[in-house]
Amino acid sequence: MAHIYIQVTDDDFNVSDEMSKMTKGRSDIGALVSFTGFVRDMHNEKPIKKLTLEHFPLMAEKQLLNIAQKAEERWKVTDITIIHRYGGLYPSDQIVLVLAASAHRKDAFAAGEFMMDWLKTDAPFWKKEQTEQGEDWVQSKSDDINQKNRWT
Amino acid sequence: MQLIYFARIREIIGVSEEERPLNEQIKTIGDLLDFLSLQDEKYSCAFQDLNAIRIAVNQNYVSFDHKITDQDEIAIFPPMTGG
Repeated sequence: MAHIYIQVTDDDFNVSDEMSKMTKGRSDIGALVSFTGFVRDMHNEKPIKKLTLEHFPLMAEKQLLNIAQKAEERWKVTDITIIHRYGGLYPSDQIVLVLAASAHRKDAFAAGEFMMDWLKTDAPFWKKEQTEQGEDWVQSKSDDINQKNRWT
Repeated sequence: MQLIYFARIREIIGVSEEERPLNEQIKTIGDLLDFLSLQDEKYSCAFQDLNAIRIAVNQNYVSFDHKITDQDEIAIFPPMTGG
């Protein structure tokens, strides 16, 4: 059983702190893969002023745990951390962190990529972007669905 | 049953949640969406494109043919855009 840590928060996170928490006192971890998603300043060629993330609180945690468990079933991972933020974010802010640790790099890379692909389409979060022209909901991308479906 | 709406759906309907009694016309999620759409233009507008609707009953994703009960918590929302 992998150690799984899930957090849904309106606070920022510190990537190196989360990595240290995972690896402290451990000598069985041979590889740690880290993915951080950030708010970009451009989307569809429009400058972004602000991004607001709405979420379904209890279900968000449940789904992130579910995604971590799916990864654990497929790859030999020892530790998983998923942190996802909600609320108002600005360009360069961190949105999401996925850490996957394993004895060997292949499992850690694959599990990390798998979790990000699933998270895009299966975690109940919705992005609304604010531009000079006003606010609008971000449309889901069929490409994200295709990325997820290649794992099934 | 308790209905919860998120994102664009919540904005069009104008409330984030509401309590509704189950009736004999409503057996499945699809029936519920049809029933609400006939009640008020806001719902028919929100549910116009069923390809852009996702459903979770008691926090589990389900399809439109899922059977519902009066105790269910039914969340209706657009495709997710997390990550």
